[in-house]
Amino acid sequence: MRGGGPQAGAVRVGTRLPPLEIEITRTLIVAGAIASRDYQDVHHDPESARRKGSPDIFMNILTTNGLVGRYVTDHFGPNAVLRKVAVRLGAPNRPGDTMVLTGTVEEADGETVTVGVVGSNGIGRHVTGTVTLTLPGWGAG
Amino acid sequence: MIRHWCEVMGDTNPAYTGPDAIAPPTMLQVWTMGGLSGHAGRTEAFDELLGLLDEAGCTSVVATDCEQEYLRPLRPGDEVTFDAVIESVSDRKRTKLGTGYFVTTRMDVPVAGEPVGIHRFRILKYAPAPGGTGARRPRPVINRDNAGFWEGVARHRLLIQRCSGCGTPRFPWLPGCGACGSPDWDTVEAGGEGTVYSYVVVHHPPFPAFDPPYAVGLIALAEGVRIVADVVGVPCDKVRIGMPVRLEFHRYDEELQLPVFRPLDGDGRSGEPIGHGEEPG
Repeated sequence: MRGGGPQAGAVRVGTRLPPLEIEITRTLIVAGAIASRDYQDVHHDPESARRKGSPDIFMNILTTNGLVGRYVTDHFGPNAVLRKVAVRLGAPNRPGDTMVLTGTVEEADGETVTVGVVGSNGIGRHVTGTVTLTLPGWGAG
Repeated sequence: MIRHWCEVMGDTNPAYTGPDAIAPPTMLQVWTMGGLSGHAGRTEAFDELLGLLDEAGCTSVVATDCEQEYLRPLRPGDEVTFDAVIESVSDRKRTKLGTGYFVTTRMDVPVAGEPVGIHRFRILKYAPAPGGTGARRPRPVINRDNAGFWEGVARHRLLIQRCSGCGTPRFPWLPGCGACGSPDWDTVEAGGEGTVYSYVVVHHPPFPAFDPPYAVGLIALAEGVRIVADVVGVPCDKVRIGMPVRLEFHRYDEELQLPVFRPLDGDGRSGEPIGHGEEPG
């Protein structure tokens, strides 16, 4: 199956991906931790999180990584192949917040596209990242 | 696991379903997780490192960076192994969360000997910043004999008493002159120049609102008296007797300001930059 993503030539440096809003619910944080087999108590137990200096539980980095990957492949479609995902965390994603993911194409070299991604929440930048993907068969000319 | 992951992420990418499904590449680390029971049979190096950092007071941990390279897609049935290497441990860094060490590990992930992914991961192992717990420094005891000193501090002036009888400067503030016994005095404002006459580095005990190790200096002021104050802007193990320092005032909270001293020379850089990992992530 082809399609679902931008057509060849549509990927230009500076292209902005449509923003994606993610509601940071307690359920999402816990479900993400469990789906990633991360049983660190700060991702599911508010009491433990408070003892460790955080006012509440917070999203784990694996979930953030997954959301960043999804954000980019949602845009480029099922033929896009992720090659590299690098994320750096800042302000934590805590329950009740909303994270807005935005992305900008930073490089487009033949089949290879690099996208800068930022996820902002109510207290700052939760994540800044760089995603490198290839779009097979595209942009060769 | 792939279905659960996609459900949580809201990821409807058709590449992850059906008979030819691949695993979402961003799951790379998931395949290496020990789960509730942990991994058996791993070398102890990493646990040993974490234990050492725990002993150094850095009992909290937060992930700060994850860099993954995907060399080929993983599919159901692939049997993943991994080799982990501790790539680096930073110097002690001051961050908004507290001071601690960045530990970077690299995992090479092969399937049947064929490399399929590289996972580089950085955590901050830190001692939580005291500010977050609401702990505050002890308050000074202000009385009739020393109130003038603290009024000066509030106006960023370091005031030294001077005997009206014999002219001898004295510090800390006292009701009478130790040289001639006169109860009369006026003040002179310290110009701010001084040298480290002596110092200690406090490692223990870790009082709330203090962040060991830190250096406390006995500073000889140009005016001929000595004052006990923090030496800032220089790693505590770089403080030396004779080091020229200059007065400044540091605000610790909304009501507490104290005179502190900062080295004048090239060692007097303004401390470690605030690192990333501003807050837990």
